[in-house]
Amino acid sequence: MSIVSAIRVSGVVKRFGSTAVLTGIDLDVPRGAVTCLLGPSGSGKSTLLRCIAFLEEATDGIIEIDGEPLGFGLDPDGVRMRLPDASLRKVRSKIGMVFQQFNLWPHMTALGNVAEALVTVRGLGRVEASEKAMAQLEKVGLAQRATHYPSELSGGQQQRVAIARALALEPKIMLFDEPTSSLDPELTGEVLNVMRSLAETGMTMLVVTHEIGFAASVASKIVFLDHGKLLVEGAPAEVFGKPRHPRIDQFLDTYLDRGAAGLL
Amino acid sequence: MNALSSIFGYLHGDDGWNILSGLANTIILWLVGSVLGAALGFFIAVARRYGPKPVDWLLKAHVEVIRGTPFLVQAYLLYFGGPYLCLALGDGSVCLTLEPFHAGLLGLTVYGSAYYSELFRAGFEAIPRGHIEAATTVGFTRWQTLRRIILPEMTMLVLPSMVNMTILLLKETAVLSIISVKELKFQVDIIGNRDYAFVESFTILALVYWALVEICGAVGRAAEARLSRYRFAHS
Repeated sequence: MSIVSAIRVSGVVKRFGSTAVLTGIDLDVPRGAVTCLLGPSGSGKSTLLRCIAFLEEATDGIIEIDGEPLGFGLDPDGVRMRLPDASLRKVRSKIGMVFQQFNLWPHMTALGNVAEALVTVRGLGRVEASEKAMAQLEKVGLAQRATHYPSELSGGQQQRVAIARALALEPKIMLFDEPTSSLDPELTGEVLNVMRSLAETGMTMLVVTHEIGFAASVASKIVFLDHGKLLVEGAPAEVFGKPRHPRIDQFLDTYLDRGAAGLL
Repeated sequence: MNALSSIFGYLHGDDGWNILSGLANTIILWLVGSVLGAALGFFIAVARRYGPKPVDWLLKAHVEVIRGTPFLVQAYLLYFGGPYLCLALGDGSVCLTLEPFHAGLLGLTVYGSAYYSELFRAGFEAIPRGHIEAATTVGFTRWQTLRRIILPEMTMLVLPSMVNMTILLLKETAVLSIISVKELKFQVDIIGNRDYAFVESFTILALVYWALVEICGAVGRAAEARLSRYRFAHS
């Protein structure tokens, strides 16, 4: 008896021209927990996340969200086929996405950024959408910044607004693509705190990150990618504890060199 | 004041009225030509970006030809060459024979559209991909993304160059006097030729065009000031 995973990735291959970025990934992301995708630059972890958000179309393989195929499915003969847009939109609506570059829309206030899709996509009235958006901004501690434009917010505040924007649509799964990589350490902290409290609410989260400390303390599952392959997966204690896979050792050394030993 | 009074000293009869009607025609040609040119330019930019490859090539050729030839030559060819451009229709044929004013407006629109389309194209490309991806991930359709994200962001990106282009178009309207469009330059020319008052009439022309450009610039600056708070956030 198996529980349906929040995300199931089966045999996903992604090629850009002749370059294979993902060479056959199988992955289950458990429900109601935080899964962290780690790996060196160019290992394909962001590409995998973008395939799961359907911002990139996988060259081969199937991705299921909540048991439903995303974008591509199998026909009765088992041949991979493109699914209709309506199905794609429905499955995609279960996912929220947070980007490294925040990607707030510069011509809308913080509140406007969060409320926009509630009006445009969900068809709520302006007033109702604003109320819901305000509630989300309160959750990330930015209600008093609601009328500010992105250019008037710090990077950390922008990223928290971006998280509120994704949460406003009540996704079942939140994807984070290096959410703190363009922030300085102090601002990184405020974003990680928001992510921690989101994790405590039982949100299913898949996080591409270089924050080993966050991964070790919050994630229930660590997935390590290298050269487009899934190298190791397991609980943080298994992945980071000894004996370690030599590649992980090597990877962690670069962090220990920078004095992060205490985090592990 | 001596110069001015000597300038106005030449005016008599219907001159004042003719100058005013010329000014009105200039402003109409300019505003309508700019708006239609910008609209056509926008559709060219959209068609080149979202349309099939052959459409892109065709429109690129159009833009290159229009940008590659003087407006003076285009106006000539359209007005004097148009009547030779005929479409055989049933019994007879329809030719591109236009009144000077209509030829002028059409020419200005087409000329403007080539330049405006390039501004919009650059504007499209300057929008960070991530802003569009963010719209995609919250479930926007392509059309919603265009309307709610791309257009507003592009507006603030291209506004300064739009103002610039619109100013250039105003000055190009003076060229239309050579195909006898009764705009400002045409009317002032008549008076200048009649009275051999070339310096005076061209001085007046320069001042009027300059005043219109300043008004256009002021409107543009006000619009930019309104949009300045939407400037791009740095990450």
